[in-house]
Amino acid sequence: MSEFTYLFRGRKTTGSPEEMQKHFEEWVAWFKELGAAGRLKDPGHPLQSTGKVVSGSQKVVKDGPYAEAKDVVGGYIIVEADDIGQAVELSKGCPILEVGGSVEVRPVQVR
Amino acid sequence: MELTEHLFRHEWGRMVGAVTRIFGVHNLALAEDVVQEAFCRATEVWPYRGVPENPSAWLMATAKNCALDVLRRERTARTFAPELGRLLESEWTLAPVIEEAFGLNAIKDDLLRMMFSCCHPHLAQEAQVALMLHILCGFSVDEIASALVSSRAAIEKRITRGKKTLSKSKKLFDVTAPAELSSRLPAVDTALYLLFNEGYHGSNAEFAVRIELCQEAMRLTAILLEHPLCATPRTNALAALMCLNAARLPARIDASGNLSSLFDQDRSRWNQQLIGEGMSFLELSAKGSEVSEYHLEAAIASVHATARAMEDTDWAKVVSLYDSLMMMRPSSIVALNRAIAIAQRDGPGRGIEEIQAITDADRLTSYPFYWAALGEFELRCKRCEPAQDHFRSALMLARNEAERHFFTQRLHASQIAIRS
Repeated sequence: MSEFTYLFRGRKTTGSPEEMQKHFEEWVAWFKELGAAGRLKDPGHPLQSTGKVVSGSQKVVKDGPYAEAKDVVGGYIIVEADDIGQAVELSKGCPILEVGGSVEVRPVQVR
Repeated sequence: MELTEHLFRHEWGRMVGAVTRIFGVHNLALAEDVVQEAFCRATEVWPYRGVPENPSAWLMATAKNCALDVLRRERTARTFAPELGRLLESEWTLAPVIEEAFGLNAIKDDLLRMMFSCCHPHLAQEAQVALMLHILCGFSVDEIASALVSSRAAIEKRITRGKKTLSKSKKLFDVTAPAELSSRLPAVDTALYLLFNEGYHGSNAEFAVRIELCQEAMRLTAILLEHPLCATPRTNALAALMCLNAARLPARIDASGNLSSLFDQDRSRWNQQLIGEGMSFLELSAKGSEVSEYHLEAAIASVHATARAMEDTDWAKVVSLYDSLMMMRPSSIVALNRAIAIAQRDGPGRGIEEIQAITDADRLTSYPFYWAALGEFELRCKRCEPAQDHFRSALMLARNEAERHFFTQRLHASQIAIRS
């Protein structure tokens, strides 16, 4: 078993209240599914879409991340899977994919 | 914790109303964006954190914070609600003013204010209904188009125009002015009545969508009745007719998914709780001397709702109520329903005579149930061939699969009757 971080990029910004609620319920269902299969190692956190970016030896502080909405990381979780192939398969149920977003699957470096 | 069904939809109108009160009605679109952002955040945070104990309060607080961000960012570029004016300009007054503006007491009438604003006299009734669905119930243009069996473009146009009219009206309707409130109330009643009827009699193929329209109309009517000045006998009668008719909805589709007429419905499937509520509203509507068309329609529905079996129906009373309705609001549909009641009271032959006597039947002849009623009465008179012809006409005019199936069945029934 290895651990993988899922980074969720993008957000659903359009849709009627009914569609937004449905989107939310899809997230809950997917999280539940991962949990029930014993795959959800760490339920992670949602991230606010704004923050600061500190860079360079001059420690320049900027409002960030300033990327396009579809590139901003909106949250992350950690799952357990046999290998990267299985981790990728599991990520395909993520509702963000239905609204133009993406899931970045990154193996956690253990040693 | 699970979310209640349609929670987002139900919170939408109140939130848009609250933010619009602060932004000003000319910034309605901006207010909608703010509320949308609050919903976005809920969908992003809640899956991780779980649904908060009071989701409605969470959503409103988030909308408040988003509104505050917008005010800070745009206060030099835009004008907001004129009555708040300079208070929004300084950081000293901004936060407390917004805090107060989103207090429980302040947001109490926001939905009502929006409801009255949507019924602006410059707007056509169909535009008022579409605006209500959009602004108060959070239906998207597509959802409205599908519910009202209209094209996306037509609804889009209706809503854009409606919003323009609202923007030009400078400020939201003032629900604290009793005279204005009372004079616009009938328009609000009418819009809610049309919304309900759209669900109840509409031709949308999908039954579930139509039930939703009825439920939205009933929800908004209940909110209207919470305001003492709006709880008039007339509005109570409107609520009564909605409850008493909606009580029969569960039986309109039978166990095998087919349309079932009032005569054949399994009355044990009628919603007794709604019937009870409807009868209480009917009682409240009797205070005072006014008898409106809603009173008459509610009274007709109450006769059906309280008849244990079809045979127990007091048809004489139904006929006399339709007589009164014909005097108050004559229409070919009312005349058709009256004829059906007369057939029940005096026999199918009389029913046919009454239907044939309907003047201005032009529009009626494109209504499938006009032919179905004629077919039914001919069949009861044992004249099977004309019955078949009528059911064929009904079938040609059927507007959805359920109706098609229903008329096909009646056609078969009349063919079997010939053979036997």
